[in-house]
Amino acid sequence: MEFFQSLLGPAWPVVWTLVKIIAIVGPLLLAVAYVTYAERKVIGYMQVRIGPNRVGPLGLLQPIADGVKLMMKEIIIPSGANKKLFLLGPVLAMAPALAAWAVVPFSPELVLANIDASLLYIMAITSMGVYGIVLAGWASNSKYPFLGAMRSAAQIVSYEIAMGFALVGVLMAAQSLNLVEIVNAQKGSSFFSWYWLPLFPMFLVYLISSVAEINRAPFDVAEGESEIVGFHAEYSGMAFAVFFLAEYANMILVATLTALMFLGGWLPPFDVAPFTWIPGFFWLIAKICFVLFLFLWFRATFPRYRYDQIMRLGWKVFIPVTLVWLLFVGAMMQTPLGYLFH
Amino acid sequence: MNAQTLIFYFFATILLFAAARVVTARNPVHSALFLVLAFFTAAALWIMLQAEFLAIVLVLVYVGAVMVLFLFVVMMLDINYDTLREGFWDNLPFALLVAVLMAAEMAVVVAGRNFWANGSGVSPVIHGPEYSNIKELGRLIYTEYVYPFEIASVILLVAIVAAIALTLRRRKDTKYQDSAQQIAVRRNDRLRIIPVAADNKLRQKHEAVEQTEKQS
Repeated sequence: MEFFQSLLGPAWPVVWTLVKIIAIVGPLLLAVAYVTYAERKVIGYMQVRIGPNRVGPLGLLQPIADGVKLMMKEIIIPSGANKKLFLLGPVLAMAPALAAWAVVPFSPELVLANIDASLLYIMAITSMGVYGIVLAGWASNSKYPFLGAMRSAAQIVSYEIAMGFALVGVLMAAQSLNLVEIVNAQKGSSFFSWYWLPLFPMFLVYLISSVAEINRAPFDVAEGESEIVGFHAEYSGMAFAVFFLAEYANMILVATLTALMFLGGWLPPFDVAPFTWIPGFFWLIAKICFVLFLFLWFRATFPRYRYDQIMRLGWKVFIPVTLVWLLFVGAMMQTPLGYLFH
Repeated sequence: MNAQTLIFYFFATILLFAAARVVTARNPVHSALFLVLAFFTAAALWIMLQAEFLAIVLVLVYVGAVMVLFLFVVMMLDINYDTLREGFWDNLPFALLVAVLMAAEMAVVVAGRNFWANGSGVSPVIHGPEYSNIKELGRLIYTEYVYPFEIASVILLVAIVAAIALTLRRRKDTKYQDSAQQIAVRRNDRLRIIPVAADNKLRQKHEAVEQTEKQS
């Protein structure tokens, strides 16, 4: 490493950061590809089907085949569409989904940028994801994608508030905005000290809001691929696929955040011998997989919400619930029982 | 020129370009998007000044919320680009006057002795990596500036309530659904199961078949 350092001189920090970015984004994109595979397999088995099993052993090459197919297809730009913004839409949807990973810790040491305000950073970056959708709908120059974009953007903006309040609860309990410190603050003898228990309403609100935030079933009024005309109706080929890459990257991101903030991140469920032998990284991966499985399970189980009920749930149920629990946590912290909420 | 200055000029160039395009772009949607870019690069500049909380909140509030609503409104409007340019020359003298006034005010502030840190004898404090901008800000807001902070938030709340009260009108002839009532519905409120004669016959038949199967 020192050889490269001397070779590159002042350009070394830039190159080294790029290498680290590739080390995160590469596996992430692979994970995105195989989450789509897992989704089709899991939902297949839940519906007593087999799912993809033709391409490669057990259908394991299916996501690769899908990717190649989509890349070969022509990107059709509708007449009268705003060409630049039309192509900028998918990029703006994808960029925040990847940029947020800069501050996500995978173990106490393994993090690209261990900044002081990483939770705020994630909230700020993920709040930009809505631009991709709004732009895609508007630039298509077609009324149905535009209506779809309005629906989707209103939903995302609404649930962001409830999500933000749920995160306020987490940072009150951890007394830090740094994700590494938030996980370390959950340390205890068993999984009862993780924040899912003292912040249980927040945990539920966060989990459900994040499903709504990433436009997945049962909140997928933005783009039920097969039956609802959504914001990406005019997109084709890879431009269309990028929206799905962004959706699945966001899915993994919110699963990771749920694991970090409510399920103890890399902490083992019991702080005793056989559990502590396994490296924390694998515990984190296991928790992320669990939350991802929940998302797939939701999709296979629940019927789609009606749009006015989605709005009602976000504004009239989740926001009051989080506000009340914030007050409750704040008041309890002043009592002798406050240690339960730290 | 070190790397930091280089990065500063990089962001400053983008910021100035984006800010200029906000007023010169023909399409209002483009203008709004250039404003987003301007906010974003301004946040980057603030981070370089170690004001990371302000920078992140700028992105969170202005880019993530305010500009999304702006875009919503601008996209909903059916704008005729030709009429948009009408009256440009009529309004130009007044606009120029306002611009000159603003430039003069800024010049007064920037030329003033107290604006420059080295002019007033106070040098900017450079903090180490352990310093938490957010903790300090939080402490100040909730101790020294707690009353101004609370008063400002109450004023904002009043503004929200007032805006809703002014625009909300309930028409008598609109029909709307009460979601709470809809959700509270149970099966027995809507559904009644009637025993059908054919059903009974079928059941008897099944029972007879089962009987014969058991016997054999």
